[in-house]
Amino acid sequence: MAIKFNLNGKPQTVDVPAQMPLLWVLRDTLGMTGTKFGCGMALCGACTVHQNGQAIRSCITPISSVAGKNITTIEGLSPDSTHAVQKAWLELDVPQCGYCQSGQIMAAAALLAKKSRPSDADIDEVMRGNICRCGTYQTIRQAIHRASDILVASNGAPGSKRGVA
Amino acid sequence: MTSVTKVNRRGFLKAGLGTAAGLTLSFAIPEKALRAQTAGSAAYPLNGYIHIGVDDTVTLVLPKSEMGQGPVTSLSQILADELDADWTKIRTQFAPVDPKLYGPLQGTFGSMSTRTGWDPMRKAGATARAMLVATAARRWNVPVSECRTENGAVIHNGERLSYGSIAEDAAKLPAPTGIALKNAGEYKLIGKSLKRLDTPAKVNGSATFGIDAKVPGMQYAVLARCPVIGGKVASFDATKAKAVPGVKQVVEISNGVTVLADNTWNAMEGRRALEVHWDEGALANLDSPGIRKMMDEGASQPGAVARKAGDGWDALASAGKKLDAVYEAAYMSHAPMEPMNCTAHVRADGCDIWAATQIQTAARQAGAQITGLPPEKVNVHTLYLGGGFGRRGSADFIAEAVEISKAAGTPVKLTWSREDDMTHDLYRPASVTRFAGALDAEGWPAVWTTRVGCPSFQGIQNGVDRAAVEGIADIAYAIPHIQVEYNKADPGIPTTYWRSVGYSQNTFFTESFLDELAAAGGKDPLEVRRRLLAKNARMLAVLELAAEKAGWGKPLLAGHGRGIAVVNNIGSFNAQVAEVSVTEGKLRVHRMVCAVDCGQVINPAIVEAQIQSGIVYGLSAALKGGITIKNGRVEQQNFNSYEVLRIHEMPVVEVHIVPSQNAPGGIGEASTPTTAPAVANAVFAVTGKRLRRLPIRPEDLA
Repeated sequence: MAIKFNLNGKPQTVDVPAQMPLLWVLRDTLGMTGTKFGCGMALCGACTVHQNGQAIRSCITPISSVAGKNITTIEGLSPDSTHAVQKAWLELDVPQCGYCQSGQIMAAAALLAKKSRPSDADIDEVMRGNICRCGTYQTIRQAIHRASDILVASNGAPGSKRGVA
Repeated sequence: MTSVTKVNRRGFLKAGLGTAAGLTLSFAIPEKALRAQTAGSAAYPLNGYIHIGVDDTVTLVLPKSEMGQGPVTSLSQILADELDADWTKIRTQFAPVDPKLYGPLQGTFGSMSTRTGWDPMRKAGATARAMLVATAARRWNVPVSECRTENGAVIHNGERLSYGSIAEDAAKLPAPTGIALKNAGEYKLIGKSLKRLDTPAKVNGSATFGIDAKVPGMQYAVLARCPVIGGKVASFDATKAKAVPGVKQVVEISNGVTVLADNTWNAMEGRRALEVHWDEGALANLDSPGIRKMMDEGASQPGAVARKAGDGWDALASAGKKLDAVYEAAYMSHAPMEPMNCTAHVRADGCDIWAATQIQTAARQAGAQITGLPPEKVNVHTLYLGGGFGRRGSADFIAEAVEISKAAGTPVKLTWSREDDMTHDLYRPASVTRFAGALDAEGWPAVWTTRVGCPSFQGIQNGVDRAAVEGIADIAYAIPHIQVEYNKADPGIPTTYWRSVGYSQNTFFTESFLDELAAAGGKDPLEVRRRLLAKNARMLAVLELAAEKAGWGKPLLAGHGRGIAVVNNIGSFNAQVAEVSVTEGKLRVHRMVCAVDCGQVINPAIVEAQIQSGIVYGLSAALKGGITIKNGRVEQQNFNSYEVLRIHEMPVVEVHIVPSQNAPGGIGEASTPTTAPAVANAVFAVTGKRLRRLPIRPEDLA
């Protein structure tokens, strides 16, 4: 069936089975391979994308449920890797193998959009859904705080104190 | 001895270099010397190509796989330093498979990349630099000694010639030999935390992993394999599978029945609808208790002697205070984030393989074997690896894709689901290991005997699989009487290399049992290690550094305890102090302090990242996971039944590097072995409970 949605700011129509997960539509139908397959059961977070600004696991999201929604993938987070999270990730050289990092970045970006000064507990609560087998967790935490600094500075927001767990 | 030579036009193509303009050098140990030098050793020197283009770019053709451990960056860094290259002009590409140049085992394993690349990279850089300087000096008509190099250019009296502008002329000179290398004090890039070259592509989704390969006309495949290990297809009915929209073919291969479709999802849907009857084979009644019994029998009988010192076992008879213990470790899955996958295109005249592989020659061999093509007709295209950890050294998933492409007559991308990956891994071997030790009259360890019952995947020599006993047979402690024996106990579960290999379980056994001996003698765990390592300066140094930084002996929060462990593997030295608490039966690791001596450090940030990585991998294996077998089936399927460490469980990790100008050691597998014993010893310190199996289970803490 034909399904229409917005992908990275542009209208997109796909003709695929209604139950086909968004992950495979992105990867196989549309050739956008930045979003990764890790578990197929929303257990690892590698497939995280944004739906109307919220982080979702695209591996369990039927394409039919995406109709009319705004989907953002890692390819559309910024045109030139200048999103605050990407900047922080570059600055701290977060990735190792890198396979989980699209999902980590999308999850972190959604967290910061909701809460510009996340505490360590906030980070745990959201990011515990994203597995990294290379063990970049400590650097991810630092990078989220760094991205928060970048974001707050660029928004000209008052330098509110960083939250405490 | 590495020789650096110029490469002709034919060599460009062989190296996979697109452009010929400029200067290309190969750095290689000639094949004959290579064979003589490396007989019986896995440590092949790192050969390769560098190309200096007329556009000033420096391209390194690298026969190493990037799985996060950083060779793309660190090896470039070594080369660029000696070359005095402009770091922003460095490019890398993964080498095609070529056993003539790269040896019969072209691949990335054993934490070898930096160790084997250190000399060749420096020599290649220095030789290219000398040719460029000679060319510039000739053009200016000045002595070579008056020229210097900096940032990708030769400089003389304020005049500057970029490398690219003279690369073509430099290529006309013979490659000189015996070029002097820099002293450590002259390094500009080596020892600096330069940014990783692969990060930009890994933060915007553009990095191409194995699973991202795309070939025109390819079909997407998934494979139904027998849930019982070693089982085969008895019969199948494809009617329902073929009725699934998008399914194009259903084909039987040696490992199962494959469903091919127009995308991965439809192939998975087709597989769900497929009906297969399995011949479950010889392992259908195998289960974990039976496996444990088999291994314990191996550990309970005299075996092949892997090491004997002093009177060995015989010394127990006359010894003082004695101590026995049985240790065990479960099978472990590698569980890299990228499930196994491979894209293959078999044609009458050749075969192309696109894969995240750790061993290119194994991939080619699998391709040649299945297609019947000569090996040189099989091309292997290496893409980024979404984790390796030893799993991607096996070519089972590559062989499957090639077989499917051959049978289906079309290019295919085979993707394993997470369940496929977890239930058809080649696992870290399980092991049961029995110790008997004794103390001297002053309470110091005097006798150490070990019997290991463990599978063998590496092959037996003189009755011993070295991988099964590494970490035990080579303990560095000066104990007067040592005997280590091995009995192969292998129920047929496929096993292979797993980050740090034998050390991953054996260092847990040895460092825990040493703690037991210390406690039995009333000694401090650090004091015992100090005494027994007195003649091993590098081990002692990391031990002291970790202890000092962790505040060993200083007061802790109530309910917290510390444990220590030390190891020497992969040419590096690693000590860790864990700080843990156990509250209402719940173990929490708060802090891991690690000291490492890996010789000359190329990139401290990468070293630190790898140490952290190894610790997280070790913590997952200590606190979580564990593969169990029931009716010949792996019981764990996905990350809900095979858990791994997540961010909220992450301790604070501190890494302290011992400055060194020794030749580089390995780093990717340096820190995994000491994590579990440091944690278990800390649990003993705080609870008095001795943990003797991995992974640690809640009931062990109660």
